[in-house]
Amino acid sequence: MADLPNTTEDLTPDTFVRGLWRENPVFVMLLGMCPVLAVTNSTVNAIAMGLATTFVLVCSSLLVSLLRHWIPKQVRIASYIVIIATFVTIVDYGIQAISLELYAALGAFIQLIVVNCVILGRAEAYASKQRLHTTLVNSLGMGFGFTLALLALGTVREILGSGSILGMPLFGESFQPWVVMILPPGGFFVLGTWLLLFNWLRLRRERRVLEQAGVAANAG
Amino acid sequence: MQDESLYLIFLNAAVVNNFVLALFLGICPFLGVSAKKETAWNMGLAVIFVMLVSSTSAYGINWLLTELDLLFLRLICFIAVIASAVQLVEMFVKRYSPALFRSLGIFLPLITTNCAILGLALFQTAKEYDFIQSLVYALGAGGGFMLALMLMAGLREKLALARVPSVSQGAAMTLMLAGLLSLAFMGFAGLGGSHG
Amino acid sequence: MSVQVDTPARSERTPAWPMLRTLAGIATLSGLLVVLVYQVTKPIIAENERILTEQAVFEVLPEATSKADFILTEQGLVRAGEGASGVTVYAGYKADGRLRGVAFPGAARGYQDLIQFLFGYDPACECIVGSKVLRSTETPGLGDKIDSDPAFLRNFEALDARLNAQGTGLAKPIELVKHGTKSEPWEIDGISGATISGKAVARALNDAAQRVLPAIRQDLAILSDGAP
Repeated sequence: MADLPNTTEDLTPDTFVRGLWRENPVFVMLLGMCPVLAVTNSTVNAIAMGLATTFVLVCSSLLVSLLRHWIPKQVRIASYIVIIATFVTIVDYGIQAISLELYAALGAFIQLIVVNCVILGRAEAYASKQRLHTTLVNSLGMGFGFTLALLALGTVREILGSGSILGMPLFGESFQPWVVMILPPGGFFVLGTWLLLFNWLRLRRERRVLEQAGVAANAG
Repeated sequence: MQDESLYLIFLNAAVVNNFVLALFLGICPFLGVSAKKETAWNMGLAVIFVMLVSSTSAYGINWLLTELDLLFLRLICFIAVIASAVQLVEMFVKRYSPALFRSLGIFLPLITTNCAILGLALFQTAKEYDFIQSLVYALGAGGGFMLALMLMAGLREKLALARVPSVSQGAAMTLMLAGLLSLAFMGFAGLGGSHG
Repeated sequence: MSVQVDTPARSERTPAWPMLRTLAGIATLSGLLVVLVYQVTKPIIAENERILTEQAVFEVLPEATSKADFILTEQGLVRAGEGASGVTVYAGYKADGRLRGVAFPGAARGYQDLIQFLFGYDPACECIVGSKVLRSTETPGLGDKIDSDPAFLRNFEALDARLNAQGTGLAKPIELVKHGTKSEPWEIDGISGATISGKAVARALNDAAQRVLPAIRQDLAILSDGAP
């Protein structure tokens, strides 16, 4: 994905949509895995983390895009980091003000958003080169894609590991929760299984493309 | 806890609450650098060094900001110091071991975004460790990180010679292995814990 | 025929001033934003913390309707907010202003990591009347029973915590015994399958009680008159 210098792209629906599936930060680009594994032991935590990360991603990308012509190349990483850290600090205090229990549940991972490779990566690869409106839409897409990934893990782990969803119990009293799912190994297993699933879908699609190409070559 | 023994702190950080396998910190380098034992070893050493440096700086920053009542700037200061420490390590390694520098490649500057380093600074501050305790904690955390990395590297080297279904190649397999390692490490819980 | 050799243009080195200007500008902007948000959220967060602490205190001191904070210093208990430093204990009062009891914190290493508790003490009966886990990372379904298992929590309805004759510590240290073997009022009946977590509760309670209860006894008058 070599970006030609000075190519700013236009706003299309794809600008938003690509962050959800084709360029999903977690499942495709394999970035930002730490919070995906750590705070997805319940759906509420997953949603909260996703929203917090999206907020930081959007705000910092916007600011970077706004200032992109004034940040010299040599100090760009340092500038991005300071900008990102600012918004993470803001989110940190924001969540404390909203709910201390949520804050305790998410723990240090709110502050760890600052080293989430997704945010720094997008600032470097996209926001520093694109205009404001495309940056806004693209980072929203990426943020939602990230939140979707968190949800994918959070719901599965909570359903299997606690027998509930969003805190509401799903099964009866006799349900024995698969506790390992909300413990660290469960995080690894569930993410690994999701990746397995996506790999399988991708391989199947590639095989089909090859078959069709083969058919077309024989027919043509 | 002020009265936690140094031995316990080390054990806790290295094994019982291993930074990678229990606390989910440093997953990106864990997946990226664990293909060969040698890179894993080098990365581990670099991480231990950066952890020691940032642990010391974090302790100092926290003390300074507390004195000045500017604690809301703590996160920004921490990450700034970590980024600088990594720059230093990079220059150091480039100067004294160019081969090592080449083999680590892009992963050296990526230590900045290694959540384990920042996580260490945040946790040691939250636990209110004093200076020596912080250093021991950093050693334990770094050692545990290296241990997890080495274990995974050993497994993956062996795996490279085996027939792995194409569906699970890559990160999927590594994550499954990590899950098994994490499960195994859960057995360390309670180690050195109760006093009877 | 001359061969043209193009010397590659040297990459421009940005002069120092734009770099410094940018970094300084971003740092200033960042500082302003953070300070603004901090000031706005500080009172909200303080209020949240107050509510959360109050809820915990009322849980371990049933029938309490108001609380007052005290700090345990070297010289004894002083009212919070006077610059003293030390462990904070919370006196709970009933609706008529009489002292219901004192809630004090404790902590001990459990199975996974540090567990933080709040315990409730009633000086009238010299017993522990409540226990609540504030923060723990114990195994869900096993270790976290210390906060949810009704049989285990029954231990803390009237756990004997009498002071010794000199008033310097507990007459009999609080300890955990195997599930079903409790025979003395100062013993805690354990949870089978969660021994280490249970022992952590006992240790936390015993350590904290040995330190705090003598001070409470000593300054009982201050506490009784402290109703807000």
